[in-house]
Amino acid sequence: MTPLLTAEAITVRYGSLTALDAVDLQVPLGQRHALIGPNGAGKTTLLDVVAGAARPVDGRIRLAGRDVTRLGPAARARRGVGRIHQRPAVWDSLTARENVLVAALPRAERAGRWYPSARRRAAGRTADTLLDRVGLTDLAAVPAGQFAHGQRRQLEIAVALAGQPRLLLLDEPAAGLSAVEVGWLAEFLRGLPRAVAVLLVEHRLDLVYALCDTVTVLRDGRTLATGSPAEIRASVPVRQAYAEGVT
Amino acid sequence: MRALRMAVGAGVLVGLVAAPWAVDDYTVSLLARTLALGLVAVGVALLTGVAGLPTLGQTAPYAAGAYAGALAGGQLSDVGPVQLLVAAAAGAALAAVTLPLVLPARGVVLLMITLAIGELAVVLAGRWTAVTGGTDGLAGIAATRPLWGLPVLATDRSRYLYTLVVVAVLTGLVLLVLRTRAGLLLRAGRDDEARLRASGHRVPAQVAGVHVGAGAIAGAAGSLLVTAQQYVSPADFGFDTSALLLLGVVVGGTASVGGALIGAVLVVAARDWLFGALPGQAPLVLGLAFVVAAHLLPTARSARPATRRGRASAPAAHPARRPAAMTGVRP
Amino acid sequence: MPVDPYVVPALDGVAYGLLVFVAAAGLVLCFGVAGILNLAHGTLFAVGGYTAAALLDGSWPSLALALAVGVAAATAAGALVAVLLTRVAAAGHLTQALLTFGVALAGGSLLVAAFGPDDPPVRVPAALDGSVAVAGHRYAAYRLVFIVVAAVLAGLLHLVVRRTRAGMLVRAAVDDAEMVATLGVSPAAVRVGVLAAAGALAGAAGVLGAPIIGPGPDTADAVLLLSLVVVVLGGLGSTTGTLLAALAVGQIQTLGVALAPSAAPFLLFAAMAVVLAVRARGLATTRTAT
Repeated sequence: MTPLLTAEAITVRYGSLTALDAVDLQVPLGQRHALIGPNGAGKTTLLDVVAGAARPVDGRIRLAGRDVTRLGPAARARRGVGRIHQRPAVWDSLTARENVLVAALPRAERAGRWYPSARRRAAGRTADTLLDRVGLTDLAAVPAGQFAHGQRRQLEIAVALAGQPRLLLLDEPAAGLSAVEVGWLAEFLRGLPRAVAVLLVEHRLDLVYALCDTVTVLRDGRTLATGSPAEIRASVPVRQAYAEGVT
Repeated sequence: MRALRMAVGAGVLVGLVAAPWAVDDYTVSLLARTLALGLVAVGVALLTGVAGLPTLGQTAPYAAGAYAGALAGGQLSDVGPVQLLVAAAAGAALAAVTLPLVLPARGVVLLMITLAIGELAVVLAGRWTAVTGGTDGLAGIAATRPLWGLPVLATDRSRYLYTLVVVAVLTGLVLLVLRTRAGLLLRAGRDDEARLRASGHRVPAQVAGVHVGAGAIAGAAGSLLVTAQQYVSPADFGFDTSALLLLGVVVGGTASVGGALIGAVLVVAARDWLFGALPGQAPLVLGLAFVVAAHLLPTARSARPATRRGRASAPAAHPARRPAAMTGVRP
Repeated sequence: MPVDPYVVPALDGVAYGLLVFVAAAGLVLCFGVAGILNLAHGTLFAVGGYTAAALLDGSWPSLALALAVGVAAATAAGALVAVLLTRVAAAGHLTQALLTFGVALAGGSLLVAAFGPDDPPVRVPAALDGSVAVAGHRYAAYRLVFIVVAAVLAGLLHLVVRRTRAGMLVRAAVDDAEMVATLGVSPAAVRVGVLAAAGALAGAAGVLGAPIIGPGPDTADAVLLLSLVVVVLGGLGSTTGTLLAALAVGQIQTLGVALAPSAAPFLLFAAMAVVLAVRARGLATTRTAT
């Protein structure tokens, strides 16, 4: 079966610096896939390339077999790529519910609801459901600009899920969260339906090993190893790489 | 808060309706012109405040609408709504033609490009003598008929009231549109455009839409200007007009469309009064007023260029969050 | 089509273009380094122009004096704008635009009050008052000399930006303003320096260019518009691009007017549209890789 996401020989350069050097990656439907590696390994860059926010100088990105290398972030989002940023990105002057509503609109359009009020109703239902799932129902009418960091993270997850993604890109979702919030996050991600594949960049290895079934280790823009958490934990080169500079 | 806003709005409206009976004819005609400028300010607020796309160039579609309205009045129809439609179409068309210039730009770059467009439009109006009458302008424009079958607007008072009705209707229309998802999307684009793309929205189409919409509003305002003063020349669309509009919008509280209308009317009225009271020193006083206003206005002072991605961590409350004036050209 | 009648407008275009370049270079500096749209830039040019009109009496020393006074006055005015901006530095572009517009309005009004509402005549040094033969045409000697001087000035500017430490800082700031802040250079000092330097450029252009774009109540607006168009056309920050754009605008404004009198303003629009449309595509590819 065609994997959901295929990255082939992705190369990205910033001036003379090579951020990614012919990286390959495959994420089958429903997989929980982690990207780990020292700072500067190119993890976020790879997420950028998959999301369409950065363009590789070489290589291809395929979504369900279709070449999307030349498509921008919006077109990829419409093809089922959802994203959570390192800094939670939400719309500050909109309320929590409006945030999710806005994010749900493109999906409602695709679902063939061309009549505006029907579209808005469909998006509104999605928003209410998702706010409930991330536990923000009580704060639905509060502008996101007044949210604390953890709440922004929760909201961004709802925003990302509003597009009903097949592939969810998570860039260090646990960064800056309290222990309680990290527990909530792990629980939430574990509860995601298998219809959603996850590509997770995370420094907290406990979270990675608890959630993911496949781990890819990047270092200096190259793939060092890919395997199950057990294999990665046992791998000598991975340990060496981490001994030299882990976070 | 909401009730207060409604009360202020109602008060202003009553004042505006009663105004022509309180002052002389000349002032009434000045007020009509000022209202037309207020409508342009509504478009400026839509772009600058709501959508976070700062502009100094709305005088360009304003001028296009004014000349188109004047020509339509002379050759097509003396009926107001027809002229308004033609003028709005001309303003929208001008905005559409300049889209390739403004679409990729944000922040101070957009400010520069729109200013250049506005200034070039004035130069064009001054040189394209065959159509615009050059720097002499177009005079002797026939009086407008507010609707089919009604008598023409023969007095300053009637022209003022016609302008007031049109401005009120169009501003109300803008406020209604902003309450739909269009308003949500524009505000979301101002807050964080990258997030909007990442959610699958076609941001360039939205930016194009608000530019063309604001162009149509400015165009309609141009037709009102022609109806109100029955004369049009490039002097109506100078650089100072753009700056006054921007000041009015900032005074009115950037993101508020109604506030922008009131702010612009106040600022333009103050300018007109100043030029009457101190003919020699008016530009100097006005210039100093701009400098002082830039220092004093709370909205202006708290308007910070936002980062592309909001804030690192959000403290509980942000007083007076103001438009994101993003910097730079983006893809 | 005979080329002959177009030699003079073409040369005028070069002089005009170089003049606009020197003025626009100041605007690039403000915008590129400090991120400020200085709407008073045209007024600083007018300061130089009026100084020239007041001081030039046809002798060489008067030209040197006018240049010194004009540059000093415009530099001081630029620094004044920077000082006024200091208190609103944290505020957005809108506030900066309002403030610099206020300075332009007040400054323009003061200039008119001091020098009168008419365009004052400008007397060039007697030795340059005549005309010389260029390819069989009589051409104003001053303009020919101006072309040389402005070309030297443009070359010097290029050297300063490319070779000196200040120039390196400027280029670094254009690329990444935050990085310069980490070098320990105060942003306020950079702002004053940049706006003063931009004022000096505008002042020099105003004095030397007074016989070409003379001082008058409309000068400030016209120069600001031309500079804006040139900066936008030139790629918003590149010196070479600005130079090429200025030369192109010079030709459009002179040769273009001679060839197709009614089309010149359209040509400026069209040039901007074409360049920006092409560049938007180019930027999209270069930006996403960074």
